[in-house]
Amino acid sequence: MAGAGGGGCPAGGNDFQWCFSQVKGAVDEDVAEGEVLSLVPSKYNGDQMTGWYGHRITVYHVSLQNKGRAHSRGEYNVYSTFQSHEPEFDYLKSLEIEEKINKIRWLPQQNAAHFLLSTNDKTIKLWKISERDKRAEGYNLKDEDGRLRDPFRITALRVPILKPMDLMVEASPRRIFANAHTYHINSISVNSDHETYLSADDLRINLWHLEITNRSFNIVDIKPANMEELTEVITAAEFHPHQCNVFVYSSSKGTIRLCDMRSSALCDRHAKFFEEPEDPSSRSFFSEIISSISDVKFSHSGRYMMTRDYLSVKVWDLNMEGRPVETHQVHEYLRSKLCSLYENDCIFDKFECCWNGSDSAIMTGSYNNFFRMFDRNTRRDVTLEASRENSKPRASLKPRKVCTGGKRKKDEISVDSLDFNKKILHTAWHPMESIIAVAATNNLYIFQDKIN
Amino acid sequence: MLSKGLKRKREEEEKEEALSVDSWWLDQSHPAVAQTPPAVASSSLFDLSVLKLHHSLRQSEPDLRHLVLVVNTLRRIQASMEPTAPLPPVPMPPTAPSVADSLLASSDAGLSASMASLLEDLNHIEDLNQVPQPQADEGPPGRSIGGVPPNLGALDLLGPATGCLLDDGLEGLFEDIDTSMYDSELWLPASEGLKPGPENGPAKEETPELDEAELDYLMDVLVGTQALERPPGPGR
Repeated sequence: MAGAGGGGCPAGGNDFQWCFSQVKGAVDEDVAEGEVLSLVPSKYNGDQMTGWYGHRITVYHVSLQNKGRAHSRGEYNVYSTFQSHEPEFDYLKSLEIEEKINKIRWLPQQNAAHFLLSTNDKTIKLWKISERDKRAEGYNLKDEDGRLRDPFRITALRVPILKPMDLMVEASPRRIFANAHTYHINSISVNSDHETYLSADDLRINLWHLEITNRSFNIVDIKPANMEELTEVITAAEFHPHQCNVFVYSSSKGTIRLCDMRSSALCDRHAKFFEEPEDPSSRSFFSEIISSISDVKFSHSGRYMMTRDYLSVKVWDLNMEGRPVETHQVHEYLRSKLCSLYENDCIFDKFECCWNGSDSAIMTGSYNNFFRMFDRNTRRDVTLEASRENSKPRASLKPRKVCTGGKRKKDEISVDSLDFNKKILHTAWHPMESIIAVAATNNLYIFQDKIN
Repeated sequence: MLSKGLKRKREEEEKEEALSVDSWWLDQSHPAVAQTPPAVASSSLFDLSVLKLHHSLRQSEPDLRHLVLVVNTLRRIQASMEPTAPLPPVPMPPTAPSVADSLLASSDAGLSASMASLLEDLNHIEDLNQVPQPQADEGPPGRSIGGVPPNLGALDLLGPATGCLLDDGLEGLFEDIDTSMYDSELWLPASEGLKPGPENGPAKEETPELDEAELDYLMDVLVGTQALERPPGPGR
């Protein structure tokens, strides 16, 4: 498979034609270093999508008015925006805890309100986002402007009436789960039982009940007795989409462990261990760093899981621990540049990956605002770009190609011209429709499929 | 840390050499590499990794993943550099060897010089802990001085000034990351002009004179932090 982005054929099922739909975010906004717009869709209905930028969460919502019109599945508009975490001070260590958000996960919707979990390095919060479009009028004991009425003056009783008002969307923190993590939280994952969730930091994973904030259960602990022996950290963790007792966690050494919570209270012994043997011909000093897994995602079916390391995306069959069933090269042309990427720390960038709704395609980001899509059935792949220049309404995205050496063809870009500051770490795929969202620096791009 | 003057002069050259030499190692099409994995890293890669390590440690709360990956990479590089005396036996492009030679020699000299000054400061800390039994501390004490508190393990990294720096000094590195240490002014500043990564670490601390009050404070911190190692534990 060509590593540099296939030919002119778009991927993603039956000849998708991705075209621009929307872009969110200010054009000229200065980005503070380290602040990148990230996003996650609700995997339950796709109508909600949340982006976050530093500590500020913005929830986007598909407007119902536009739905159903030809060529448009509806526009995502800002639904609510709020600050999730405040900067805190850890008095014990005399350290400031950043309010920067690391992860967000939606909960399944059970009533009119939406719930999401957001986490910074140390604390997880449960937010309720609810609409208010009615207001009660005609109280007996207070006036319209809130002043209390003298009970002795009331001569008649009335029933308050609900009157419509301008839609107001409120975000309120409902639970705060704090003080359970010594190290930096890198993952949260909601369980399929919809009652519990896990949070993972570099060395430990904790299990929480959504209703209980003063207690959590430690289910994985890889901290060595002697910290001098530390050679591996946890990089990501996720619950199985259907089996509420199963979860996986990945490590900085490129391994994945699947654990069953029924087997013991502390899941230090894995039920399955996934690791691909190292290819001796490609060994280098950076082998371990590039094998470090930055994201792990179960397929919707629950049969497969996908891992992202620095240069590739691998699909694993949960029944086969010895090697992945598929390996897709994201930007193999970077293999000869690892030393420079080590020097400028880009080699430590953490890219995420995602499945489409039917698990037939996967997507992940790269540099230069490029992102890659792989069709698992046709084995075709494509490189696309999220940029303001290509952002005319319904403009089709043209496949991009990176030239690795020799003669550069027209429209190709050479490896040395890539902008490593423009990295796409977060991408998302609507669980049911052919709509994708891509976070590029401080802009959120939404693309739709034109044909289907 | 590393002698400023020497490093600054060599910096550009070293970096270029590092990039060209090391990417040569990684160039899959080169016959030598295709058959045997790179046997020895250039000292520039080693220096770069040490810089990254120090930069990472200097953060108030180090990114554990970054730290672990850099340390493991450093271990690999160090392993490939033993024994250090001979040059890499694998044939190198004709232009490289003489430059690599002088680089190794000069950076060793520079490193030795700076290590000596760092170890001097290390002695102060060790003196504090030897309060009941003061020890003679001439020459590079390395790890031979008993009673060095475990949180100083990280300083073992620049251990005895023998040829190979990191003998097994890396073991000392990983205590429960005691952040009070990195607030301590005893760390020498990073050399100016060096860029270990996208963030330019603040490099303006000066090596202070330790007075009585500061020594007492330091003692309290070193002894007191032992008790802070346990993580908070709801549900554990």
